[in-house]
Amino acid sequence: MKIIVLVKQVPDTETNIKVGDKSINEAGIKWIISPYDEFAIEEGLRLREKNGGEVIAVSLGPDRVQESLRQAYAMGADRAVQIKVDNYVPFDTVLTAELIANFAKAENADIIIGGRQSIDSDSSQVVIQVAEGLGIAHISFAVSLEISGTSVKATKEVEGGTQVVETSLPVAITAQKGLNEPRYPNLKGLMAAKKKPIETKTPADLGNPASKIEVVGLEPPPPRIPGRKLEAADAKGYAEQLVKALREEAKVI
Amino acid sequence: MSNVLIVGELKNGELKKISKEITSAGRKIADALGGKVTALLIGSGVEKFAGDLGAVGADSVVTVNAGDFNAETWANLVAGVIKEKNPSVVLVPHTSQGKDYSPRVAVKVGAGIIADAVGLSVDGGKVVAKKPIYSGKAYGNFKVTSPIAIFTVRPNSQEVVQKAGAGAAEAASPSAGDAKVKIVSSDLSGGNKVQLAEASIIVSGGRGIKGPENWPILQGLADILGAALGASRAAVDAGWISHSHQVGQTGKTVSPNCYIACGISGAIQHLAGMGSSKYIVAINKDGDAPIFKVATYGVVGDLFEVVPALTDEFKKVLG
Ligand SMILES: Cc1cc2nc3c(=O)[nH]c(=O)nc-3n(C[C@H](O)[C@H](O)[C@H](O)COP(=O)(O)OP(=O)(O)OC[C@H]3O[C@@H](n4cnc5c(N)ncnc54)[C@H](O)[C@@H]3O)c2cc1C
Repeated sequence: MKIIVLVKQVPDTETNIKVGDKSINEAGIKWIISPYDEFAIEEGLRLREKNGGEVIAVSLGPDRVQESLRQAYAMGADRAVQIKVDNYVPFDTVLTAELIANFAKAENADIIIGGRQSIDSDSSQVVIQVAEGLGIAHISFAVSLEISGTSVKATKEVEGGTQVVETSLPVAITAQKGLNEPRYPNLKGLMAAKKKPIETKTPADLGNPASKIEVVGLEPPPPRIPGRKLEAADAKGYAEQLVKALREEAKVI
Repeated sequence: MSNVLIVGELKNGELKKISKEITSAGRKIADALGGKVTALLIGSGVEKFAGDLGAVGADSVVTVNAGDFNAETWANLVAGVIKEKNPSVVLVPHTSQGKDYSPRVAVKVGAGIIADAVGLSVDGGKVVAKKPIYSGKAYGNFKVTSPIAIFTVRPNSQEVVQKAGAGAAEAASPSAGDAKVKIVSSDLSGGNKVQLAEASIIVSGGRGIKGPENWPILQGLADILGAALGASRAAVDAGWISHSHQVGQTGKTVSPNCYIACGISGAIQHLAGMGSSKYIVAINKDGDAPIFKVATYGVVGDLFEVVPALTDEFKKVLG
């Protein structure tokens, strides 16, 4: 079973973001694997442990993404591939998906797993676009997954609840929280990961797809409506003030 | 000519508010570009909503008769209508359903896509989409350069504007194709409640509510306001409520008009999910809690006293 796990490198949530003209200022940023992709890596490893095969971790971006790939190695991935894109626009999902789909096609992958969204762009697009590019099934927001032979059974989150769905390989999956608990890489794994090779592919190797997105510019978040603390003698007093503020000032209720 | 296609969404046979929001947004874009707005509705008996969408700016409404939602067949239907109508701009709700089929549509019609847009404007004949990025710590503006541009639009981000279009309904029957994924069973027990991601008011509880037995205190307030119930990760991890209620980086992103945070400290991962709420009310015992940095109205107090008092007060004015 050939399993591709998608590993996106994103700024740590607690990192301050400084906005540049067309991208953020990367100086001082701490990079992490997007949290949902950790569920994807874990699921890939579990599927391999159960069904055999290999787990290939793929990350797109400049050389700094190799650090995330080493972490995937430390967790237990068998191979790591960097799709080397130096001017990487993290919001260009169609380009990203086309590169990954072309890689997956050449590898003849059975399963592609990524997070339900990356925490820098919240787009929820890439994995399903890869499925469409390959003409295969997809299951989004998976909270459980069972694969035996070529049959796939999963529970997915939908609006208002969950659904049990079935399909057959090949399949693309997006991981939702609840799918599993990602393992921590151990020290031995981390040491070994330092020496493992990272394969690189260039866009030219993968069909040289064109971007369909133009970044017009980045800006800081819009200023919030100025806030204030209410003053009152008791709970009733707070309640009266709040109701008045929300109905007469904010006009939201 | 730049025509706009919006893809509406229904729930339990009713038109969702987001359908009107994106129709109005589509109208504004079409007026700036000199084009027409076509709304697409998929389902059974959807013709009856043509007037509703006409009243908020749709020139025409294409209806496609179909059964239950399936991402693959929906993608085929939407792509089929796009190929027939040839719009240059397509607006899709950024909802569970929209996120499930829109990626396939983009690839099928060779379109670039910007997901989770909260602002749409027109510059030099092209739509500029604004979206929060890096957990709302920055905003980005993007254009799509392919002939067809798709945008998924965040619920509650667009105003509904009454503006009469013709709203003439016409039926279409593009090919749905076969789905590779079969739905075996559904558990939609939470289905009739107000949906968190689309709610215009949210009452949310954190570790400060002390235990699951206290949700009725917040639910009472939510009921009177027609609000959805949210939770912090601490409340979810403690097993007090299911993950589907979690707001934040590893939960749902919400943008209601009003977010009432009760006993929530306001950790950065929580703010990542609700920081773009228009008005934020914080009720917290600790006056130094970070939630007060983003709150429009802050109450330093005990939620077990303030929330019931607030519910009573709203009962008085809202009946
Ligand atoms: C990778 C990662 C992802 C995460 N994702 C999320 C996420 O998606 N969503 C999320 O919410 N968190 C998330 N977190 C967790 C986050 O960091 C916080 O731990 C969490 O938000 C805290 O929840 P809380 O505010 O309910 O609890 P606490 O921080 O414990 O705060 C409880 C608050 O209640 C107040 N309080 C107590 N009693 C009362 C009372 N009687 N009346 C009024 N106020 C009272 C206290 O003053 C305190 O401010 C994530 C963390 C990590 C590391």
